[in-house]
Amino acid sequence: MSSTQVSGKRGLGRVRPPAVLLGAGLAGLLVLPFYAGSFWLQAGLFAMSAAVGAIGLNVLTGAAGQLSIGHAFFLAIGAYSYVWLAAEPETVSGHHLTGMGLPTALAALVAVAVAGIAGGLCAPLAGRLKGASLGVATLALVFIGQHVLFRAEPVTGGVNGRTVPPLELFGLRFTDTPEQLLILGIPFGGLEKLWYLGLAVLVAAAWFARGVLRSRPGRALNTLRDHEIAAGALGVPVGRYRAGAFVLSSMYAGLAGVLLALVFQRTVPDYFGLALALDYLAMIVIGGLGSVGGAVLGAVFVSILPPLLTRYGGSLPMVAEPGAASGLAPAEAARLVYGAVFVAVLLFLPRGLLGLFHRSHRARTRRSAAAPGRGGPKSPAIVQEPEEQKA
Amino acid sequence: MTAFAEVLVNGLSSGAVYALIALGFVIIFKATEVINFAHPSLLLAGGYVIAEVHDDIGFPAAVLAGIATTAVLAALVEVLVLRRLKASAAGGHSTLSIVTIGVDIILTVELTRRIGTKVMPLGDPWGSRVVEIGGVTIAQTRIAAILVAVIAITAFLLAFKYTSWGVAMRATAERRETAALMGVRLGRVSAGAWAVAGAFAALAALFLCVFPTPGLDRTTSFAALKALPAAVIGGVDSTTGALVGGLLIGITESAVVGYQNDFAILGGGFAEVAPYLLMTVVLLARPAGLFGTREAARV
Repeated sequence: MSSTQVSGKRGLGRVRPPAVLLGAGLAGLLVLPFYAGSFWLQAGLFAMSAAVGAIGLNVLTGAAGQLSIGHAFFLAIGAYSYVWLAAEPETVSGHHLTGMGLPTALAALVAVAVAGIAGGLCAPLAGRLKGASLGVATLALVFIGQHVLFRAEPVTGGVNGRTVPPLELFGLRFTDTPEQLLILGIPFGGLEKLWYLGLAVLVAAAWFARGVLRSRPGRALNTLRDHEIAAGALGVPVGRYRAGAFVLSSMYAGLAGVLLALVFQRTVPDYFGLALALDYLAMIVIGGLGSVGGAVLGAVFVSILPPLLTRYGGSLPMVAEPGAASGLAPAEAARLVYGAVFVAVLLFLPRGLLGLFHRSHRARTRRSAAAPGRGGPKSPAIVQEPEEQKA
Repeated sequence: MTAFAEVLVNGLSSGAVYALIALGFVIIFKATEVINFAHPSLLLAGGYVIAEVHDDIGFPAAVLAGIATTAVLAALVEVLVLRRLKASAAGGHSTLSIVTIGVDIILTVELTRRIGTKVMPLGDPWGSRVVEIGGVTIAQTRIAAILVAVIAITAFLLAFKYTSWGVAMRATAERRETAALMGVRLGRVSAGAWAVAGAFAALAALFLCVFPTPGLDRTTSFAALKALPAAVIGGVDSTTGALVGGLLIGITESAVVGYQNDFAILGGGFAEVAPYLLMTVVLLARPAGLFGTREAARV
């Protein structure tokens, strides 16, 4: 009856997706700005920022087993801290808005740190609660946070939000500049520049989280998830690791928030609500709990689906054109699809889409290995597939 | 003084409604150890059915239809989703709670699509009439809410204590395996618990959508998210806790609304977050809630 399970192997990569595929995908992303229009660049950038945030949530909820429905709160902290730290004091339509006017790169770093501190402040709650109760408590963060965002007008700009000062890094401004930058005949505007920034941030974030999850702290977190008392008995400092997972995950959320703010160019409190928090949970559940790849896959799925359906929904049955009176609106259709996938994945694919990918990859290699003429031995040993068949 | 009495009565009436919803969370948790994040959508479903059919079959029949539909819907969630997931036994009870979030997303999308931007009246007989007791003006709907909630909750508690269904449910909550060995059919107990919780949610939806609220709209389901703190404050495995928590949230909310002008610094709309703030404070002091049982692990 206990929730102990043989999941130490989850996310520890017994079969990796071939490195070739990963490299090809990365190369594709590198050249994409030369071909894709701003619509896809923007959708892709949202997906990248979502991926960074989802990686953080997967460390906390997937690997450490602490259910958090409050990820949107930490995203908001990151985004708004950046805006407030980087902006100059200004007066917008009669409202006075404060700001620190820090160099933008420094503001971004401090914003991530602030999100981490906010996560650390939740440690007393995180240390006392487990499972779904912790989920409810983190839900409180979303509601309280949103209330503050709406009311603290001098800092957040209130209902209308605030314009985000563009990032400036080593003299490069990540925004549309008056004098056009041409690379290989392609005009490089803000989106194109941000694309490479986002890609670099995502790769670094994924690489770091993978390192954490695969080394000592990651295993300690997994043990914590599977059996807290056993973990304590084995010498894992339970309280410190629980708090640490919260801090790390909040910093990832803060980073995602900064990136999101830069892409949006405006922060509005409405966005950082319950729906966003549920989106993040859906990402890691759909992609696969506890692994970096799962988080990225889920983030791409959840954030690309709405623009995809908006763009091509008209040619699908059931889905109405945007603004049509009857039928499913694209945004609704997207939510319906991902809600259904959410439930289906939990029911039928406990390892998420990433697990499905691994399984099909393994089945393929096994088949080619066992194919006659290839010299693959037909020993029953290959057919053995420990604990995967259960799924 | 009259202002205080009005705040108190309003708080008791909305507290009674929150208690109904919170009791639903507790019943489900006791039977299946799941925090049902799909409760908001169940509540919305109940209200929607009542709003949709009351013109054709009259108000009392509509209420019964709403309750029955929601009860069946809730039981279906248990049978079709949770039971399957439990059988595949992937992950702990967190996973079971997480899957209800997915169910909530699906149901909410469909219901809000149907409701759209409409505000649907529920066709209740009370309207906006008020009664005056000792100089205090009270809406009839609020009295009805208190009465119905008290009757429903009393009926449930009696059934919980004396009927064989109640005994089976308490036995299950105590120790599942032993209950099963004693001949308790766990499946029926779980599905029954979900059905009762659904019925309570529909009943609560009715009183959330009558005067002074203009009717059912797509945000009605948020009330269930306010009752979730109520359940957690009381202790999510305690029926007493749900009642106390519900009343606490109701009175807090109505006090914040009533004395809003004296606390301008908190900002308008503070009533929306007051339940969550209260919950955070309670959880810091008592992680299991006011009446909840502390989890003890045997090593």
